[in-house]
Amino acid sequence: MRGKLVGMNGDRAVAYAVKQADVDVISAYPITPQTIIVETLAEYVNNGELDAAFIPVESEHSALSAAVGASLSGARVFTATSSQGLALMYEILWIAAGLRTTIVMAIGNRALSPNINIHCSHDDAYAARDTGWLQFFAENVQEAYDLTLMAFRISEDHRVLFPSIVNLDGFILTHALEGLYVLEDSDVKAFLPKKEPVNPVDPGKPMTYGALDLFDWYMEHRRQQYASLESARPIIKEVFEEYSNLTGRKYSPVKSFNTEGAEVAVMILGSSAGTARYVARKLAEKGKKIGVISLTQYRPFPAKELREAIKDASVVAVMDRSVSFGSPGAQLFMDVSATLIRSKVRPLLFNVIYGLGGRDLTPAHIEKVVDLAESVMRRGEAPEEPVWVGVRGDEL
Amino acid sequence: MSGESVVLKLKTWRDLPIGGIIPEPKTSLHNKTGNWRAMKPILDNGKCIKCLLCWIHCPEPAILRGDDDSVRIDYDYCKGCGICANVCPVHAIEMKLEV
Repeated sequence: MRGKLVGMNGDRAVAYAVKQADVDVISAYPITPQTIIVETLAEYVNNGELDAAFIPVESEHSALSAAVGASLSGARVFTATSSQGLALMYEILWIAAGLRTTIVMAIGNRALSPNINIHCSHDDAYAARDTGWLQFFAENVQEAYDLTLMAFRISEDHRVLFPSIVNLDGFILTHALEGLYVLEDSDVKAFLPKKEPVNPVDPGKPMTYGALDLFDWYMEHRRQQYASLESARPIIKEVFEEYSNLTGRKYSPVKSFNTEGAEVAVMILGSSAGTARYVARKLAEKGKKIGVISLTQYRPFPAKELREAIKDASVVAVMDRSVSFGSPGAQLFMDVSATLIRSKVRPLLFNVIYGLGGRDLTPAHIEKVVDLAESVMRRGEAPEEPVWVGVRGDEL
Repeated sequence: MSGESVVLKLKTWRDLPIGGIIPEPKTSLHNKTGNWRAMKPILDNGKCIKCLLCWIHCPEPAILRGDDDSVRIDYDYCKGCGICANVCPVHAIEMKLEV
């Protein structure tokens, strides 16, 4: 592993990566469990470790608005949020992506109200999924650090030019102290050269940003944005590979474990992937082969890689840390369903809802999900509605 | 010119600058808005007293002021709101249906 081993929680690891990325502008509002990111960055700026403008704002709506302006002016920009804070940013999320800014935002994933809960759910990340931002999910503190650095590089690539979200599970990663390897500043500098803005705001060269765009042009702009986001796929892969070579830590859009020849697979995002792999390893000792699939890249959705990872499975349990009310399944389930509907060979899918508001997902829960998946395989029929694990009243 | 041929001449999504930006200033000069007009102001220069009330009140501004304070109407941008005719103290401007 390249770099030196240090101990940090997820929030501090993100802030450290942002400092090493040598950002020009930080515009953020503190909200639990992201608070430590903003506090640490304010400290770095205040004590002179980081030469950046820190814009203290009155709300997340302003935080992202200022970030959009700063990014358009050519600055390297960072912001961070969680839950209701992201909800307050929502209208600007579209503007940031549509104007092709290169903001990097960390989300300490947290449940939405009511009732007030500061712990982990993925509702907030999912709410941003259709807005045109690139999205990555960290599984541990190391990945939160690594993905933050890679996000700047990917976003600012002239073949990409879209803002990025780095998701890290609230408290499970934001506040957990873990050992991680950090790169030398010089390595980061080589990996992440100075941002070269495209069409920056310049009084000498006036331009219109965000013009009125009625039925005569709007659709063309949306079509173009769609195509551009699609074409970011190979570049994300390229940066993942380069970073893997630099650090010795393997990064790819889809992370698959034991999927080769496994008839049953569990699909899961974020920090719980480790728990699922732990169970799969334990079951492997008993002769069972259970595949585990998690996504590092969530938007653009890595459909092709997912199809490849899933190809041997007869049953896939898609696990969501979120509810989509009134829908046939939660968000990841719908993404996976839509991806597989185009395949000739299709595994049976069912949706599992787990861990809302920070509820623990234990190895025993995953074992129950695997049991259910095996019975689905025997019966050849999957549950119609999402299955809830770890909720009182439904014993799985 | 039929509506269809105008559409065919417009740029496709592949030709547009990224991010929906308009990379040059003063594009309104190319975008003539006079065709929004239903009523057209007609100025009688013989009655005009060069008071410039029409020039002051035109919201566009589509009243062009000459060196001698005489006025003429810029039909490329006049949308036919009729304010000029309304404020003219000598009724030198008449609104007529655009045909």
